[in-house]
Amino acid sequence: MERPSFLGLLLITPALIMIGALFLYPLGFSLAAAFTEPGGGLSLMHFQKAYELYSTDILFTLFIVVVSTLLTGLFSIIIAGILTLSETPWLIVALRNLYRWPLFIPFIVAAQCMRTFLAKNGLMNNSFVALGLMEPIQTTSFLDWRGIIITFVWKQVPFVTLMLAGAMASIDRATIEAGRNLGASRVRVLIELVLPQVAQTLLVGLVLSFVTMLSVLSVPMMVAGSQPTMLTVDMAFRINSYGDYATANALGVISYLMAGTVAWIYLRHNVKREVQA
Amino acid sequence: MSGKSPSSPMSAALDLSGGQPSVPHVSMKSGKVWTFGSTALKIAGLAVFAFLLFGPLANLALWSVAERWYTPFKLPVSYGLRYWEVVFRPTGDAMSSLATSVTIACLTVLVALAVSIPSGYALARLRLPWRTALMILFLLPQAFPSVAIYINVARVFYSIGLSGTITGVVLVHAAHGLVYSVWIAAAAFAAVDRDLELAARNIGASPLRTFFTVTLPLAAPGIMASAIFVFLESLDEFTGTFFVGVPQVTTLPLLLYNASMGGNYQIASITALILLVPSVVFMIVIERFLKADVLSKVGQ
Repeated sequence: MERPSFLGLLLITPALIMIGALFLYPLGFSLAAAFTEPGGGLSLMHFQKAYELYSTDILFTLFIVVVSTLLTGLFSIIIAGILTLSETPWLIVALRNLYRWPLFIPFIVAAQCMRTFLAKNGLMNNSFVALGLMEPIQTTSFLDWRGIIITFVWKQVPFVTLMLAGAMASIDRATIEAGRNLGASRVRVLIELVLPQVAQTLLVGLVLSFVTMLSVLSVPMMVAGSQPTMLTVDMAFRINSYGDYATANALGVISYLMAGTVAWIYLRHNVKREVQA
Repeated sequence: MSGKSPSSPMSAALDLSGGQPSVPHVSMKSGKVWTFGSTALKIAGLAVFAFLLFGPLANLALWSVAERWYTPFKLPVSYGLRYWEVVFRPTGDAMSSLATSVTIACLTVLVALAVSIPSGYALARLRLPWRTALMILFLLPQAFPSVAIYINVARVFYSIGLSGTITGVVLVHAAHGLVYSVWIAAAAFAAVDRDLELAARNIGASPLRTFFTVTLPLAAPGIMASAIFVFLESLDEFTGTFFVGVPQVTTLPLLLYNASMGGNYQIASITALILLVPSVVFMIVIERFLKADVLSKVGQ
């Protein structure tokens, strides 16, 4: 068992060919298209054009994804915290059976749900009016940046909560009980004792959510139609309307950079943790 | 649960004071008011949470049975199943999209299993160089902003005649689902007891026969789970199909998108409900296929 198994390499080859042909090759293609000028030399001209046309959308995308990620983290911590620390059994049972529902719902279905729910005359505003919380004249459509954030958070909170609640369930209950016995409130136990022990899981969940939200095309197209919009929609527009692969790929590289920055933060945190350990 | 038992007398004592142990020496009367208030608050919070969770789905269900619904009315003006009839008409667009979607999803599962069963076995049982790097390589298509990849896949496919074909869409879906199929297959093989394989070899079975009569059947539930993951992923996939499949290949998500952008909310909502069924069924049955011993080995 010292030498690598020849059979093993043979068995894994088809999968590697598939990744190479359908992921690595197109990735190289996108980098080449983004960095070469029509003549063939290297240049940043496509980035300049992308920046001139879409600088607002770049910031808009960053804003949407960062805010959605932070809100997802906040709500997941609250729900997982209640599931772990609550002393009301019926609340835990009810919450556990509720929170998972959007987990496997496709983004496009979530987008269609929100497209009707958050509209000016949607079920949300109608319910508020029926409950007397709002006058019909005060209702506004949420189908803009707020709609995108709401859809993303609605879809991603169950995923991160599932990971987080699992991690919280596996930490040593004795530390929690010790904190409670010393008179710490549950909020303080959650923030000072539980969260530091599950920070790694939370970070993984949020990094995955960040990249997922950066890649979704259907939600920004269906929930918020007008300008400003997210980079995924701009890329689709450059291709479908102008066949402009160069600018689209420059925008693509910008989205790789955003994903890469987050991955870098994650890796740095990991390295720091290993140095400490 | 066993870790909880020593603390249960304490938490029972805490519940008497309404789950707020940090308030000492409350009199019985104010304690009761406090308990009632806290319970009411919890019920109200849960109700708001349930509304935000199910409100969007309720709106979808309402639209699917609304024959007429326009602005000043809070609820549909008239209900009916007319649009369900339109969707389920055998000659309709929806039925052909459903058939296309299911065909693509089944082919995607076949392709994904054909490459992931051998590689899952290799990753679990055989010695491979840079094993961790290989595992991460399969994760990359999911961990990268995919739109930029798909536009280039579409461009490459166009030059070799694969764009707008079922084959092209199946390949894109299979590459996207590869992380699930390879990682879960590897975990399923890793969870199979090695002694059982050795026992089979000892009584004279060939390595190939051992694999097909011992290892593969034992890993089958895990592989089944990975197949379900890939099937759902393919059924729900929108972005890849949007770039590679158009205009010839119309799957259910694309039909939903076109109907919704065209303002036909009834058709869009019914299509969305069709897509919801497998997702919800899966959420309920997943624990039956994905056992804890396999789950704990995923990604290792």
